[in-house]
Amino acid sequence: MDIDNNLICVKNLVKTYKMGDMQVFALRNVTLNIEKGAFVAIMGPSGSGKSTFMNVIGCLDYPTSGEYYIDNENVFKLNKDRLAELRNKKIGFIFQSFNILARTSAIENVELPMLYNSGIDTKERKERAMAALKSVGLAERAFHMPNQLSGGQQQRVAIARSLVNNPLVIMADEPTGNLDTRSSYEIMEIFQNLNDKGITIVMVTHEMDIAQFARTNILFRDGKIVTNSVVVDRKIASEELKNLPVLDVNEIMT
Amino acid sequence: MKLLNLLKIAYRSLSKNKLRVLLTMLGIIIGVASVIAMLAIGQGSKENIQTSMASLGINSVMIYPGSTNQGGVRMGAGSYSTLTLKDVDAINSKCDFVTDVSPVVSKSSQVIAGNQNWHTNVVGGLNQYFKIRDLTVSVGSSFSATDEHTAAKVCVIGQTVSTNLFGENANPVGKFIRINSIPFKVIGLLAVKGQNTFGQDQDDIIIAPFSTVMKRMLSTLYLNSILASAKSENDIDNAKTQISTIIRIQHKLTHADQDDFTVRSQADIAKTFESISNVMTILLACIASISLLVGGIGIMNIMLVSVTERTREIGIRMAVGAKSRDVLFQFIIESIFISVLGGLIGIVLGILIAFLVSYFGKWPVVITGTSILLSFIFSSAVGIFFGWYPAKKASNLNPIDALRFE
Ligand SMILES: Nc1ncnc2c1ncn2[C@@H]1O[C@H](COP(=O)(O)OP(=O)(O)OP(=O)(O)O)[C@@H](O)[C@H]1O
Ligand SMILES: [Mg+2]
Repeated sequence: MDIDNNLICVKNLVKTYKMGDMQVFALRNVTLNIEKGAFVAIMGPSGSGKSTFMNVIGCLDYPTSGEYYIDNENVFKLNKDRLAELRNKKIGFIFQSFNILARTSAIENVELPMLYNSGIDTKERKERAMAALKSVGLAERAFHMPNQLSGGQQQRVAIARSLVNNPLVIMADEPTGNLDTRSSYEIMEIFQNLNDKGITIVMVTHEMDIAQFARTNILFRDGKIVTNSVVVDRKIASEELKNLPVLDVNEIMT
Repeated sequence: MKLLNLLKIAYRSLSKNKLRVLLTMLGIIIGVASVIAMLAIGQGSKENIQTSMASLGINSVMIYPGSTNQGGVRMGAGSYSTLTLKDVDAINSKCDFVTDVSPVVSKSSQVIAGNQNWHTNVVGGLNQYFKIRDLTVSVGSSFSATDEHTAAKVCVIGQTVSTNLFGENANPVGKFIRINSIPFKVIGLLAVKGQNTFGQDQDDIIIAPFSTVMKRMLSTLYLNSILASAKSENDIDNAKTQISTIIRIQHKLTHADQDDFTVRSQADIAKTFESISNVMTILLACIASISLLVGGIGIMNIMLVSVTERTREIGIRMAVGAKSRDVLFQFIIESIFISVLGGLIGIVLGILIAFLVSYFGKWPVVITGTSILLSFIFSSAVGIFFGWYPAKKASNLNPIDALRFE
């Protein structure tokens, strides 16, 4: 396989779950290369294995068999600590359910990955967390608790958190699944800006219009990739946002 | 990861659950406080025994009439009439390990001075009695050889007696008191000695010449006890054997006969009490340790609940790059934090309890650095020990399993 130009190389990935006597195939022989700077949207019906795939390439889960290289590293040969380092430094993961720490302020949530990165001192950590929050438009909410933030804002905190250690790739499993159209587009705007700066983005979505913001679309069915196509008529989030009817003045201002 | 960061993480998550942390700590606080207080009380009574031993005359040897276990029935020492002045003379002339000897007789008596009266123990002894018991006369003097010869009606009184008969700070020397209606002249006041190990007031005493008490107050030939002092601390045992041998000869006892007297040194008594107080200390320490153990189990319980409750949090931390050992340390530090802080509060509380006991219970306490250090180390160890399992459990989780946990 061609490792050099690709950030992510997946070969013959298989993942099965044992449910009693039955074997559930979540992934059947998935092979995929993702280039540096790509913006991939993964689509597919429920249960087709999208989340399973994301968790494996996000180094959160192990497959049953297969090979996986990220940034020229043979992931399944690494020990747990090296995997943790990989998650910390090279991958930013975003969940549908936000997964930010409750009763912990926005800025402390964003600081979290840097606490596990010994090269960063307190001063730099605070500065970078603040900068990341600013880049997602949440500077004024830095000291708010998650329960004082809207869903869209919480997801933006999660995005800021995924950014602070300057990852090579951002992986997002249905990042807009719990959000309304405006918040979703705002997230897409952030993603497109990041992608323009060279960060690779892999994202799962159920919504056709969200997939239109990516550069390529991949369709999963039954644990297999069925199509891998370039998006024609790619949408630009900043322009789409202008066309949305103004519903809430405050929402725009934050 | 840096230790400082770990401490910060542990502090942040603990500060979100203050009440729970406090309740968990309570077990450790009570455990440590009881260890400190118990050891302080135990150590206090031990040192009290040592000092009161020294104040009684460390080399002194007492001879009581009657065996301690005659016919299997224990009788109070002094309920037998076997010792006489001849025994005293024999010890005096034949025991070369003994320096001073004094016969002792005593009678509990009513004492009157003016319109005040007081009930106390009147002891008759020789001049040596003062020396053996390490008593000093602070005002006036003790009696002379002439007083002994003439059975003079003079006495030396303790501070408590003086206070009760003549009032606080009065000088009793030269005044007259009536003991069982017999007038005595007070010629000396004893220096204050305070309570002894058994809580007896050592200043509640009147000492008169032996012959005076024997002839004028008692009508008996027998002694309550004989008091002697060995030449040195090393000679105590020799003196005891020598005295035993001599008195056995004096009493014409055969091999088949048991002693009709008992020889005890001050050191023996102190040793007995020291071993009793040692047993007490160990017992108290055991009880305290058990409460520490229970406190530790409390920590483990809460940490286990905490790990389960915070599985998602662990998953999130792992997803953003926490290694297994980061999670392990976070939870261990949390439990150490609980136990160390609990330990510190417990130490303060224990010292406070010890002082209250000594203040209100009039019981001597000694807080040693070792007991503080020991309970501090022990409580930290409890934190590590009982925090380990829940922490290990948390750190062994897979990121995805932790994140999926409901
Ligand atoms: N922990 C698990 N144990 C057993 N089976 C599982 C587990 N996780 C996923 N599966 C199964 O694996 C298959 C793929 O699941 P996956 O979550 O990847 O689907 P998905 O494409 O993300 O679906 P959705 O769009 O609803 O999120 C499903 O059939 C699911 O039942
Ligand atoms: Mg899914």
